[in-house]
Formats: sequence, C-alpha cells, structure tokens
Amino acid sequence: MSQTHTVVTTINGERTERRLEARLLLSDFLRHELGLTGTHVGCEHGVCGACTVLFDGEPVRACLTLAVQAHEHEILTVEGLAPGPEHLHPLQQAFWEAHGLQCGFCTAGILMTLVPFLNENPDPTESEVRHALSGNLCRCTGYQHIVDAVLKAAAALRARDG
Amino acid sequence: MKPAAFDYTAPDSLEETLAVLGEHADDAKLLAGGQSLVPMMNFRLAQPAMIIDCNRLRDLDFVRQTDDGGLRIGAMTRVRSLERDLKVERSAPLLFETVPWVAHPQIRARGTLGGSLAHADPAAELPVVALARRFRLRLRHTGSERWVDAKDFFVGLLETTLEPREMLVEVAVPPLPRRTGWAFTEVARRQGDYAQVGVAALVTLGDGGSCRDARLVYLSVGETPIEASRAALSLVGESLDEESFAAAAETAAGSEIEPTSDIHASAAYKRHLARVLTVRALRRATERAWAADGGAR
Ligand SMILES: Cc1cc2nc3c(=O)[nH]c(=O)nc-3n(C[C@H](O)[C@H](O)[C@H](O)COP(=O)(O)OP(=O)(O)OC[C@H]3O[C@@H](n4cnc5c(N)ncnc54)[C@H](O)[C@@H]3O)c2cc1C
Ligand code: FES
Ligand code: FES
Repeated sequence: MSQTHTVVTTINGERTERRLEARLLLSDFLRHELGLTGTHVGCEHGVCGACTVLFDGEPVRACLTLAVQAHEHEILTVEGLAPGPEHLHPLQQAFWEAHGLQCGFCTAGILMTLVPFLNENPDPTESEVRHALSGNLCRCTGYQHIVDAVLKAAAALRARDG
Repeated sequence: MKPAAFDYTAPDSLEETLAVLGEHADDAKLLAGGQSLVPMMNFRLAQPAMIIDCNRLRDLDFVRQTDDGGLRIGAMTRVRSLERDLKVERSAPLLFETVPWVAHPQIRARGTLGGSLAHADPAAELPVVALARRFRLRLRHTGSERWVDAKDFFVGLLETTLEPREMLVEVAVPPLPRRTGWAFTEVARRQGDYAQVGVAALVTLGDGGSCRDARLVYLSVGETPIEASRAALSLVGESLDEESFAAAAETAAGSEIEPTSDIHASAAYKRHLARVLTVRALRRATERAWAADGGAR
C-alpha cells in the first residue's frame, strides 16, 4: 500500500478523521469507508451525476474528487438532507408525492444538485429546472415527474420560508 | 481503487508548488479542478507518479479590475465563480456569456479557468474566448516567468506552449474596445455536453457605423480553437448586415475550419452548423455594438 494521509472532514455535520491513500475517490470513501451508500456511482467520469454531493455547499462530482481533497472541508450527502428519521426534506417529500423517482439510482445526485439550486433560485421556471438537471442522467422517469417534483418543492419552500 | 497509486502533495504556497513541480516535472501533474485529469486517472489513461494539488493556493483564486478597464483572473478561479462575478459581467461580457455553456454546474463548481486553458481541449469554450479576446497568459516556474499571447499558447490537440515545469498562474483580459459587441453560441446534443460546433464573435463599429474590426473563433472544428481571420477581415469596412454576415459565414464555414466527422455529426453537418451559428453570433454582436454605442442606429 502506498503512502497514507490524515484526512479530517466534516461529513453531514460530524467530524471524521481517517488515514487514507491519496488515490481513494471521495465517492468510494463515502461508500466503502463510511458506509454512506446513499451516494451512488454510475460512470466514474463525471457524466451521470449520480455521485453528486455538496462540497462546502456547492454540488460537485464525488467521483472526480479525491477524498484527501476533502481535508478541512465540509461534505453533505443525501443521508444528511432530512431533518430527522421521521421527516423528509421538502424536496424529498415532493419527489415522493410527484413520483419523481422509479429505481432511485439517480435520485440522491439529483437531490444534492437541486437543493442548492433552489436556494439560489427560489422561483424557477420549468426551463430553468431542466437546465439545472442537465448534469444528471435518469434512465427511468423521462424527467417529467422530476421537473414536477422540483416545481412542487419550490412552491413548498417558498411557502415555508415566506 | 480506480486511479493508479501516486504521491500526493498539496502545497500552501505558489513558490512551494513551483519548486515541487520543478523537481518532478517529468512525472508530476498539477491538479486544478480535476474535472479532466481525474477522469483520465480513473480510466488509467493518465498515471502520474505525483499529484501536486493546487487547491490550497487561495492566492490564485481572484478576479481583479485593472486601471485600464481590463481584468486579471487567477488560474485557480472556479468557472462557477466567473459566472457570478459582476466584474466579469461588466469588463469581460463575452467570457460572462460563455461560462454557463461550459459543462454542468457540478463540473463548473470545481473546474478552473487555468485548468481549462492548460488542458487545451479543442471542444472547450474558454480557450475560444481566450483567443477571441486576446488574453495574455502568465506562465511561471521557479525564478522566472513569461507572458504568452493566447494565439501562441494553443499549439495542438491538448497541447500548449507550457513546459513541464511551468504553471499557468493568471491571465490578463484586455479592456473591451469601445463600440464593441460580442456573442457566443454553440450547438450540443444536450446543454452542458461538449459542443459539435461553437463560435465567439466580436465586432467593433467604426465611423459611420461600418465595421472597424471583427473576430470569429470556433470550437470543435480543428485541433485547437480556430480563428477565421479571412472571414473576419471580409467584414472590415463593410456595413454589418445580413449580406456581409452571410458572406463571412460562407468564408469561415467553407474554407477556414476543418471539422471532422464523429459519431454525433458529419463534417458536412458541422460546416452547416458553423454557417448558421456564425450569422446568429454576428447578428447578436452587432446589436450589442449598437447598444454600446448608445442605441442610435
Ligand atoms: C462530464 C464533463 C463534461 C464536460 N464538459 C465540458 C464542456 O462542455 N466544455 C468544456 O470546456 N469543458 C468541459 N469539461 C471539462 C471541464 O471544464 C474541465 O474542468 C476543464 O477542462 C479542466 O479544468 P480543471 O480545472 O478541472 O483541470 P484539471 O482536470 O485539474 O487539469 C487538466 C490538465 O491541465 C493541467 N493544469 C491544470 N491547471 C494548470 C495550471 N494552472 N498550469 C498548468 N497546468 C495546469 C493539469 O495538470 C492537467 O493536465 C467537462 C468535464 C466533464 C467531466
Ligand atoms: S459516478 Fe460521478 S458522475 Fe457518474
Ligand atoms: S429513477 Fe431510475 S435512474 Fe432515475
């Protein structure tokens, strides 16, 4: 095994410290080392979006980020999205209600892409939502129900946040 | 593990980065956004022995206004932050218009201006802007630096004048000349994908409203960003109208670009796209030149 590095990160609000090889991808670190398997891995070259997580609040590809690069940074994965086991995040709730997922493989990446999008664009048009989704592939839904869910969530968030 | 093993270092200072790069130039790679390098490492198409991670070089993440109305932009500035920067919108409107066409938001959140220019993909948008707007690039290695014009920087497919021990540290964007309009447009199968053809256009109005200067630069139609100088020259002295646009588009698409067929589009189709996109870009750039002139036509 090659050289290892100390990596201290905050993941879903919890501080984690590990010794890791530099070549370990953030996606594999989350899934294999931490058991956070909600982050999915589809293509491992940045195309599908399934591995999208928040890196200091910005959506990024976990498959194109080395785990060592998360040292002293904050990561949020889909496991950290809901406020508690009994409650879904409003975007998750809208996906549930509008049938925004079928197999669910793409869902975590889409949620992690669209949560910051809705923060920046609380009242998006349908076309803006479709553009925001351009970096996430879904093989099941045909996207229509995803778009419906996002618009629904935007309305719910606006009502909640006044 | 997907990538092959490598030694890793993430220096805190530019001097240290340049020192390590100088020492390991032959088998080290700088890691900027990683959005081109890491996919190649995941496939093991690239197996650098050492990665020098530039992401701690906060000093290279900046957009600064210069006294002459131009900009200096640090190599480690994320593409996503260019998209949100009012200085870029004001002083480098062509760049501002182009950045949302680069990949997807998640890629732009990591990808850097320096990485995109250094990678020199002929399908990439930012090298086209660098060439059209005559960016100057500051290349450094320990104890020395040189400034290179964008037109001399891109020399071949994924190839630049960067020496192995050199790093691109910042770019200088000259001020936009007065009475100048700009436009960027492209066609891709899906927003965010690499485009089949794209074009950046600049036009400057002269006295009496004829064209004083013009530039047309294309992506995905050769081994580097391709400037269509003859087409641009054909506009100079002419009135900027549908007739001169069509003639310039014909010159550029017919004889100055060299698209090749691929699985998405034939060469003939790409020439057709170039023709149509050139006219659209010139039309938009001309509208903006008039607007910059006070709107009177
Ligand atoms: C799915 C996907 C779609 C994409 N679509 C597009 C697109 O439509 N248009 C587009 O333009 N790009 C696209 N990209 C590429 C993306 O924009 C890259 O981020 C960019 O080209 C490289 O920038 P980077 O900062 O990530 O560089 P890296 O990947 O870190 O580096 C790329 C290369 O440049 C070298 N390098 C980096 N910085 C410097 C420097 N300062 N000095 C010297 N050498 C340096 C590195 O050593 C490496 O060889 C896409 C990428 C993906 C994964
Ligand atoms: S697994 Fe990361 S983008 Fe597909
Ligand atoms: S729900 Fe199956 S891939 Fe999107």
